[in-house]
Amino acid sequence: MSTLFGSSIKRREDPRLITGKGTFVDDVSLAGMVYAGILRSPYAHAKIKKIDATAARGLSGVLAVYTGADLTDALIPVPCAWNLPNADLKLPPHPHLAVEKVRYVGDGVAMVIAESRAIVRDALDLIDVDYEPLKAVVNPEAALKPGAPVLHADVAGNQAFKWVVAGGDADGAFAKAEVKVALTIKQNRLLPTAMEPRAAVASYNAGTGQLTLWATSQNPHIHRFLCSVMLKLPEHRVRIISPDVGGGFGSKIPAYADEALVAFASMKLGRPVKWTEDRSENYKATIHGRDHVQYVELCGTKAGQITGIRTTVYAGLGAYASTAGPGVPTILHGLMYSGAYTIPNIHGTIYGAYTTTTPVDAYRGAGRPEATYLIERLVDTFARELGADPVEVRRKNFIPQDKFPYTVATGITYDSGNYEGTLDKALGMLDYKGFRAEQAKALKQGRFLGVGVCTYTEICGLGPSQVAGAIGFGGGLYDSAIVRVYPTGMVRVYIGTKPHGQGEETTFAQIVADEFGYPVESVEIVSGDTDNTPQGWGTYGSRTTAVGGTAVKIAAQRVKEKAKKLAAHLLEANERDLEWKDGKFMVRGSPDKAKGFAELALMANVAWNMPAGLEPGLEATAFFDPSNFVYPFGAHLCTVEVDAETGQVKILRYIAVDDCGNVINPMIVDGQVHGGVIQGIGEALQEIAIYDDDGQLLTGTMMDYAVPKASQMPHLELARTVTPSPVNPMGVKGVGETGTIAAAATVVNAVCDALAPLGIRHIDKPLTPATVWAAIQRAKGGAA
Amino acid sequence: MKRSVSLSINGRAHSVDVEPRALLVQVLRDDLYLTGTHIGCDTSQCGACTVLLDGRATKSCTTLAVQAEGHEITTIEGLAQGGELHPMQNAFWEKHGLQCGFCTPGMILSCIDLLESNPDPSEAEIRHAIEGNLCRCTGYQNIVSAVQAAAVAMRGAPVRTTA
Ligand code: FES
Ligand code: FES
Repeated sequence: MSTLFGSSIKRREDPRLITGKGTFVDDVSLAGMVYAGILRSPYAHAKIKKIDATAARGLSGVLAVYTGADLTDALIPVPCAWNLPNADLKLPPHPHLAVEKVRYVGDGVAMVIAESRAIVRDALDLIDVDYEPLKAVVNPEAALKPGAPVLHADVAGNQAFKWVVAGGDADGAFAKAEVKVALTIKQNRLLPTAMEPRAAVASYNAGTGQLTLWATSQNPHIHRFLCSVMLKLPEHRVRIISPDVGGGFGSKIPAYADEALVAFASMKLGRPVKWTEDRSENYKATIHGRDHVQYVELCGTKAGQITGIRTTVYAGLGAYASTAGPGVPTILHGLMYSGAYTIPNIHGTIYGAYTTTTPVDAYRGAGRPEATYLIERLVDTFARELGADPVEVRRKNFIPQDKFPYTVATGITYDSGNYEGTLDKALGMLDYKGFRAEQAKALKQGRFLGVGVCTYTEICGLGPSQVAGAIGFGGGLYDSAIVRVYPTGMVRVYIGTKPHGQGEETTFAQIVADEFGYPVESVEIVSGDTDNTPQGWGTYGSRTTAVGGTAVKIAAQRVKEKAKKLAAHLLEANERDLEWKDGKFMVRGSPDKAKGFAELALMANVAWNMPAGLEPGLEATAFFDPSNFVYPFGAHLCTVEVDAETGQVKILRYIAVDDCGNVINPMIVDGQVHGGVIQGIGEALQEIAIYDDDGQLLTGTMMDYAVPKASQMPHLELARTVTPSPVNPMGVKGVGETGTIAAAATVVNAVCDALAPLGIRHIDKPLTPATVWAAIQRAKGGAA
Repeated sequence: MKRSVSLSINGRAHSVDVEPRALLVQVLRDDLYLTGTHIGCDTSQCGACTVLLDGRATKSCTTLAVQAEGHEITTIEGLAQGGELHPMQNAFWEKHGLQCGFCTPGMILSCIDLLESNPDPSEAEIRHAIEGNLCRCTGYQNIVSAVQAAAVAMRGAPVRTTA
């Protein structure tokens, strides 16, 4: 029988989404609903001397105006949920609305509740806040310097943490190294820009004490937990519903002040309350990504063997530690310093800094792109120093295929890999030698062509819960599923993860339908409502399939085992004599003695004739906690032409060969790679969130922040190899973040390769025409 | 002060009381519960709010409801006819032209407008035509494939699938 596993069936979530029948949070309307708006600080750092809301309160249609002083006793401050150990982590209180001081442009100052969105806007304009501006500090390295303005009275010097990763003897390796290279890298701050802004609709029923909160969430169970803490409500009286979610990319993981504020207002007023960000608000009030200043160095032998890596990294956390903020630039970053290579000696020191900017948290890749980028830039720089081919230097240092599982110097164990396999395939697709010849020829004509290579691996499928506890993650990292079979044999599967574009309503149905010998239409996947889904930890860290999908598979297998017991009983046969064929249990050798799955579902649900000891009903729950993370990998190649007159970078070809283990739906996996790579190319060429020295966000709207457009982006060429993971029974890994992790390094390596003849070694992303042009001018000036 | 406007949407007449400053997208969503039209920005960049106004792709976040009076408006809800998907909807489904689906209604309507004026666009023409519609999920590649597939279907015998 053919299986659905591995086939590119069309997505089951699409019919509603292409007809306008999806339900996003802002689509939810409730009787008696009123609207909330939040007044946000226009200053990066200021004392609040006075707030006068009299005029706003007096406006017809305004129900209430709340300020920080109204909340101090009612709400527990916004928690940070990643209590990074051994780092002297400082977590100053994060009030829902600022009291005494604002600490970034966008910090909430007051909340208005009114009968319409328009009245909310008018009322916000009428609130008068008297600020006394203070000095801002936006650069994480500068924030730690003596004399920098201090954000939090109880965090001297703005240092949130100092975290060290070490393995081997890096100082020793550098002391006796034949070759050393160093770079200073700025990881541009990015705006996640999920196309759907955040939104919340809260409805509190004072009669039952129940709060229902529709929220744009990648992890509704985490939001239930944190909301119950913030609002001081018993957790079983909080219901989070995360319906269709219009992208997240990490920005819908955290617990924000805003959603809790909306819930608070509903509890106070006894009316349902809706709040929806507009985009400019989203750019200030929703987390940002990246923002590192990195001093990095690599040492090795003249023969091209890498012997050590050392880093000092200043990571901006923004004004407050967001939910996962401290874990992203440390655990998800520093532990990956070995990349795809056998690097025996590693040392990294990461400083977390509070700055007067929007909080920084997980953005697609979260820590891993910043690691891959510095490693892959260093390896290229090393190769150039040696005069060696960057491809060959990589090959020489790869972890060999027969050495997996392989423990790197930072202490983590990679599950499986075949790095040469993806590299060779990518080189073949490009005709690498041919391109090098073309490049040399073009250079003679004064044209600058370049090729960039990135061979990455990454840590995902987060992850074993025991490890979560050890690294200070404030939750588990198992995931869950309930497979419920109805009397007619139709199946609903309730999951603890929360897909929001990744297609698991389809791929998880493929898993279950295969198990039961069903067409995929007979299986529905349900996610997002904490009242009917089992405890889970959500969708991020490319974990949904590897962890949540495995729970689905195990639950389906449990259901099938029970159905088999019932079949044996009804067929008066021994269970051992049954075989599963063509969607039926049949007695081996007597194909006419058979029971199909749907018939067994009916018999289990009516329970007229159950064997002794077997309970009625046909459903099972599974919680799957993996034994390790999974480590997808791949080789990306990009060729570019740089126009030396204008600094314009044109991508000629982009080739991505990825290995994410076994693939359930190739079409969906390709889609994930497309989106991820384009986000990485955006990071490399055009995206940057810019603050001026006063802490004003200069890229505060979509007019100024360059989200990639179709006309700016290349056609991608994709291929795969398949190296199953031994960590889970389906042999799957993760693919949601690989593209973003690989692409920025690939593109910047290509541009630096193109401009190497001018003596240019490194340019910080994003490589806008102005930046590249300036670098070329500097190089020419230097040469003259 | 509110005033009454008559809007023709998806072939049906509606009379709504709106503030003169009300945007068409707000009236569609909040007054008429046609929530398939989305809002992704406040500076007219993203195209999530795109509807057809007399057949032409128009950003409903940049159109006052009062300006739409007397025009024929098509939203994503009005595209499938008698349970049959429009070939463009079908092509987005076939080619995996959407992930989260938030940009999709606006994207589909812009692409329909494109094929009206250019029934056989090149890849570059497609990419240029959808510059005003941002998608953060798909990287656009499968959207391009979807438009190409729809162009073929709409030029030849329309391939239609039941929703
Ligand atoms: S909502 Fe973004 S262009 Fe209309
Ligand atoms: S499908 Fe998510 S924004 Fe386009």
